[in-house]
Amino acid sequence: MAGRLKATKKMKSIMKWYYVEAKYARYLGKKVAWITSGGPVEPLIAMNIIPVYPENHGAMIGASKMGGKMSEFAEGLGYSSDVCSYTKNDITSSITKESPIKGGLPEPDMLICSNNICGTVLKWYEIQARKFNVPLFIYDTPFVHTEFTEEARAYVNAQTEEYIKFLEKHTGKKFNYKKMKRVGKLSLEAMRLWKKVLETAEHKPSPMTAFDAFFHLALIVTLRGKKVVVKYYRQLLKELEERNKNNIGAVDNEQYRLLWDNLPIWFRMRWLSEKFASHGAALVADTYTQAWCGVIDYVNEEDFLSTMGEAYTRIHLNVGVDQMADTIKKFIRQYDVDGLVMHSNRSCKPYSFGQYDIQNLLQDEDIPVLMIEADMTDERKFSESQAEARIDAFMEVIKQRKREKK
Amino acid sequence: MLSLGIDIGSLTAKGVLLEGTDIVEKHLIPVGYNSKKAGEKLLDELLQKAGIKREDIGKIVSTGYGRNSIDFADRAVTEIICHGKGIHFQMPHIRTIIDIGGQDSKVIVLDKSGNVANFVMNDKCAAGTGRFLDVMARAMETEIHEFGVLSLQSKNPSKISSVCTVFAESEIISLVAKGENREDITSGIHLSIARRIASMVKRLGMIPPVAMSGGVALNVGLVDALEQILDTKIETTPFSQYSGALGAALLGQGA
Ligand code: SF4
Repeated sequence: MAGRLKATKKMKSIMKWYYVEAKYARYLGKKVAWITSGGPVEPLIAMNIIPVYPENHGAMIGASKMGGKMSEFAEGLGYSSDVCSYTKNDITSSITKESPIKGGLPEPDMLICSNNICGTVLKWYEIQARKFNVPLFIYDTPFVHTEFTEEARAYVNAQTEEYIKFLEKHTGKKFNYKKMKRVGKLSLEAMRLWKKVLETAEHKPSPMTAFDAFFHLALIVTLRGKKVVVKYYRQLLKELEERNKNNIGAVDNEQYRLLWDNLPIWFRMRWLSEKFASHGAALVADTYTQAWCGVIDYVNEEDFLSTMGEAYTRIHLNVGVDQMADTIKKFIRQYDVDGLVMHSNRSCKPYSFGQYDIQNLLQDEDIPVLMIEADMTDERKFSESQAEARIDAFMEVIKQRKREKK
Repeated sequence: MLSLGIDIGSLTAKGVLLEGTDIVEKHLIPVGYNSKKAGEKLLDELLQKAGIKREDIGKIVSTGYGRNSIDFADRAVTEIICHGKGIHFQMPHIRTIIDIGGQDSKVIVLDKSGNVANFVMNDKCAAGTGRFLDVMARAMETEIHEFGVLSLQSKNPSKISSVCTVFAESEIISLVAKGENREDITSGIHLSIARRIASMVKRLGMIPPVAMSGGVALNVGLVDALEQILDTKIETTPFSQYSGALGAALLGQGA
């Protein structure tokens, strides 16, 4: 076994200090903004505001197996069982203060919400804006059915300007354009490095699996635009390249390569990774972690501010299923995978809704597809024996197909 | 060499003893709550029936929900592969297999040489599984084996709109209360589950000829409903309940 990546320890410490800083923001004279995972975070960093991600917190809650209980509490308040469990986790935690982080998330001074990931976040952030009585900025990204129009560009760019005014108003400081330039470059550099990290998995055997990617993703989500992220991913990349040089695979005796679609099932990561590994299968890539480097080409390094609108609008969850299917097709070839595992996620509708259509669009690829029904944090929506029966059968089919191809 | 295939489902355990490609013996018992015990009992009774000893069997392959609880098996294989093998052996021309199990329904597409090319299983919901039929039979106080024949006599099937097992059950209770006749309600139930299965078949892309495997294939009412909805002939064999165990035994022979 390749064992754990050494960088893991470093990452845990970075995340710990990040949360410590956020918790003591008030004493440091800094402001805290809660922001959605696909939200434009760079201007916050440029203004020295600490970004906090309820979705990242939601993932931690899931990984700590607290999700089911928290969803239940929110349902008791009247939220439907169909509401996204990240939303329910956050609403619950902000009331009960239950959390893997002592005392829960630091309270926000402002909320930044972009609907490029879903419509749920709009109501979620409105609820929290009322609860904490803080200003809310909504960055509205039109859906990219097929193309990004000039009207759309003008629309989002106007919002970038409003966003800056909003930040100036609520910090009482002028926007720091000079720092913004640096932050933009760092953010882009981090995305490029993250892309390279993920691309190391093209190697056979793959030095990392999607389960590693889910874990190491936290930094590009939360702190992109900061130097520490760039430094960290450089180190991680080096370690992975080293593994490739020595042909060390993350999964012992990797024989089958799979692609994962949708968010992880945070509360069953170990079980799933062991299950697949026991079949000699490595999940070498996934559509989820790739989303944080999928729009690099739309950003102009020298002019981050006026190009980020397009980049944030074109992210994976804000495009039509045809484009989503194209992305998956690209990964199937790039990572030379033998099968696709789709997590049909009860919580995340924009991610799960089109999966059957995507399956149809993939028919020419002649690749087995497995659908696992679950939820990213709500254990109540998962049945282990059912998932096991499906995974075992899926792997048998893949093995059989590969045998015949030989 | 003798090989034994054991299929531990959620309701019944089936065993097939094979010598080359000849079926030597078969046996079926209810599972109860302990699948491990059921496996042992099945083995004992089968040995007795065939008049052989444990050592006479060269390979044992287990399948079905309880496949991993059979620790005396040499290998555990999922039902998908076993039903594929078992049906292909009995009806080599079949390309699509429908199996409605107690907890899982599956549709399997075979390639020309009988290997599994692709499959889908029902989503997490129990609608469209054998459990759905059980619950409905109970709601109607009818034995499940009478269900099929009953529904063939229907002239005007009742409409059952809910796919949810629990809601469908209350729908049926109110249909009974309204005085709709049993034949029509039963037929409505079969059409409802057939529609659910049909959407799985369509998702995979049906390649005829189609067969039904597993114990539910003995239900003529459901087979008829599926034929109507899918607009194709559904083939069955009298041995369908043993197809999974047969497939496992064939794998034991090195097939
Ligand atoms: S619905 Fe999906 S995109 Fe929206 S917050 Fe929940 S997990 Fe994120």
